[in-house]
Amino acid sequence: MNNEALKEFILQRVPEAEISQGAQFLQAVVLSEKAHSLLSELKSNPQTSFDYLFCLTGVDWPQHMEVIYHLKSTTHNHMVVIKSKINTREYPQTDTVSDIWRTAEFHEREVFDLYGIVFKNHPDLRRLLLTDDWVGYPMRKDYVDKVNMIEY
Amino acid sequence: MEETITTALESQEYFINMGPQHPSTHGVLRLVLSLDGEIIRKVEPHIGYIHRSIEKMCEHDSYQQIVHLTDRMDYLSCHINNEAVCLAVEMGLQVEIPERVKVIRTIIGELTRLSSHQLWWGVMGMDLGAITTFLYGFRDRELITDIFEETCGARLTMNYNVPGGLMFDIHPNFQKRTKDFVTYFKKKLPEYDDLLSNNVIFRERTIGIGKLSKEDAISFGVTGPTGRASGFSCDVRKHYPYSAYDRVQFKEILRTEGDCFARYQCRIAEMWESLSIIEQLIDNIPEGPFKAPTKAVIKLPKGEWYQKVETARGEFGVYIISEGQKSPYRLKFRSPGFSNLSALDHMARGCKIADLVAIMSTIDLVIPDIDR
Amino acid sequence: MKALYDFSYLTSAIHEWLSSFLSPNGVLITEMILVGIAFMLFFAVLGLVLVYAERKVSAFFQQRLGPMRVGKWGTAQTIADVIKLLMKEPVINREADRFLFNLAPYIIMIAAFMAMAALPFAKGLQALDFDIGILYVAAVSSLGVIGILLAGWSSNNKYSLIGAMRAGAQIISYELSVALSLLTIVVLTGSLQLSVIVESQADGWWIFKGHIPAMIAFLIFLIASTAETNRGPFDLAEAESELTAGFHTEYSGMKFAFFFLAEFANMFIVSAIGATVFLGGWMPLHIGNWQGFNAIMDYIPPIFWFFGKVSFMIFLMMWFRWTFPRLRIDQLLTLEWKYLLPINLVNILVMAFIGLVGWHF
Repeated sequence: MNNEALKEFILQRVPEAEISQGAQFLQAVVLSEKAHSLLSELKSNPQTSFDYLFCLTGVDWPQHMEVIYHLKSTTHNHMVVIKSKINTREYPQTDTVSDIWRTAEFHEREVFDLYGIVFKNHPDLRRLLLTDDWVGYPMRKDYVDKVNMIEY
Repeated sequence: MEETITTALESQEYFINMGPQHPSTHGVLRLVLSLDGEIIRKVEPHIGYIHRSIEKMCEHDSYQQIVHLTDRMDYLSCHINNEAVCLAVEMGLQVEIPERVKVIRTIIGELTRLSSHQLWWGVMGMDLGAITTFLYGFRDRELITDIFEETCGARLTMNYNVPGGLMFDIHPNFQKRTKDFVTYFKKKLPEYDDLLSNNVIFRERTIGIGKLSKEDAISFGVTGPTGRASGFSCDVRKHYPYSAYDRVQFKEILRTEGDCFARYQCRIAEMWESLSIIEQLIDNIPEGPFKAPTKAVIKLPKGEWYQKVETARGEFGVYIISEGQKSPYRLKFRSPGFSNLSALDHMARGCKIADLVAIMSTIDLVIPDIDR
Repeated sequence: MKALYDFSYLTSAIHEWLSSFLSPNGVLITEMILVGIAFMLFFAVLGLVLVYAERKVSAFFQQRLGPMRVGKWGTAQTIADVIKLLMKEPVINREADRFLFNLAPYIIMIAAFMAMAALPFAKGLQALDFDIGILYVAAVSSLGVIGILLAGWSSNNKYSLIGAMRAGAQIISYELSVALSLLTIVVLTGSLQLSVIVESQADGWWIFKGHIPAMIAFLIFLIASTAETNRGPFDLAEAESELTAGFHTEYSGMKFAFFFLAEFANMFIVSAIGATVFLGGWMPLHIGNWQGFNAIMDYIPPIFWFFGKVSFMIFLMMWFRWTFPRLRIDQLLTLEWKYLLPINLVNILVMAFIGLVGWHF
């Protein structure tokens, strides 16, 4: 499937998605509520069959949080980037995709650990890299650590 | 009475802490094993003992500085990690890289891969109890680190790449020494087979152990030789050629068994491929500058770039989100070991403790790569 | 000529000298003390030599030099190590069973001591010449497993416990093969007495005289005795890449050194038994009617023959250790119960047949 067809495919499912042609991949920004159904459709539909989630990134923007899914299909060899937008920084929540790609289990734990994004229905959502009693989410832009971080 | 006997004979699961200090976890990885006798019911990796928050540090550093952080992650594929960041930055800057740089980067990248696999081979034997292999692996690895030392002054964390090219030109001896090494190592590589691959005990210990199907490999995002042993065609060098990989002939090693022995054979075969890549390029290093002119302070335009490369462990990705500043807004490293480790539990269930060690060493974990 | 090499002259001379001024009981006690001291000294020297040998052999296999700094060619390295181990603090786990924890290394050492008593080092140089020598050695050398089990149990460490359980399963299984492969030769000698077995090889060693079954028995003995001493590729009880150090994980200082020493002593004992039963003990190499050759061989003292053969066996065991990967526990037990034991039983039958028909030399 080429980028045009992919664009059509996503817009059919989520009409309000903001789709842009980035420097490398086709990008689609969707609201976090719609993300899980769209992603599971992208995986299961034989036309797209995005079976390989090669990167899962959390980003902390000034007004919202974002979870970015880099997807690739090993059969069709096309790629797409889905950005799931969570419109709050207070207690961000989104659905897990670990039921779709098992690699997400670890990646989501990392994002939870460092950004505090809660993935609903995740089988084992605990801190991964940091100790269990860590306070705060260090990768957030407003995280303060007077001892270890040097202000420029 | 009868009841007490049956309850006494019932097996009970117990837990064992493997690591953070354990000889076969190759670093500070902690595995909590649920065991029934010697049989593993569950493996729970606890990571983060050397988490240095490199991604957070990157958000405050200039792009030149970021390069230096990357070889502290997967220190065995340091050059390839550096290359990934440089390629991503170069893609953002849209600078044209001299041909000479591309070829040298590829040669040194393949040498790095070789040295990483040599170390893996030695450690793999040691994990299975054949300590001698460790010394054999190091004997040959020493020659590569000597070449690195002569090229850039460092043996392990090389920092030879800078955005735009290389830090300095290759040493005049580089070509000769590399060719000497290739001829030497071609003689020594069959020795590896004699010592380990054809050993009956070794085969018994690895064949059919820790199976990973192709579907699971894709779902878990298991890449590199570990994924290719399961039949997952994921060689970035082949699918998305970077540097000079588009002009060399090499095979993507694919196997279908997905067990420990397949992963082992994959890496051994990759060593032969790396040697052949080096041979094709070493005499054809084009003349020219070793660095494209770049500004002292690099500012990427607003946008985002994803660059993936094939390290010795698998697909390494650098994802840069830039807001036009001199440091990135967000920088994500997709490390191969992190995804590969997530499949460990799936592979090791039902195996014995000794098998877990074999599986871990065939996944070829480098802990700083996982923890970042 | 032979009389010169016979140690019984020396021992009887000492006996007579002691009897001249002591009561018979006094003589007995003095002799026991003397033998004890001699064995203790031998044990210490053996430990030093074998540790050094293992280091140099492993270095040889691994293309390096081994210890080179302490003393000429590193010969004093083991002494330096002993001093270091003596200086170390003996750490004991808080929850460990202190009594058993301290007892375990001594049990292993005592087992090794007891087995050594029956070994014929040279003509007339044997502390105890039982008529059931082989049986005694086989029984006593397996006592060491009690020490290993105690060590694993009392350490209060799961790694130690797993290691000890592995060792228990392994040693008890392979004990069978060791004993049965020795029995194969006993079928021919007709005696369990070690000195008689040695004497019966004056015209040729059993490994050559006993045809193919003797060779098979020797191979099985090699495998099983390596396994019985917990050495690689059968070092599952220690298995440093799986169980950190297995049953002696919690031991430090001199108690650790005892385990270490016992391992080498056991290696020496099984090599000595193998050399005695299969390779003629202290008997020189004799080939049929080559009178000249046999006469030259006789000039080499029996004690050199004995230690030469033992060194050969020890070298073989070190060779295994530094070449092979380790087996898994189920493979280890499969090897014993499914392969070695049936082959061994058939082998004894064949050997009995050969013995009856008189096909052996």
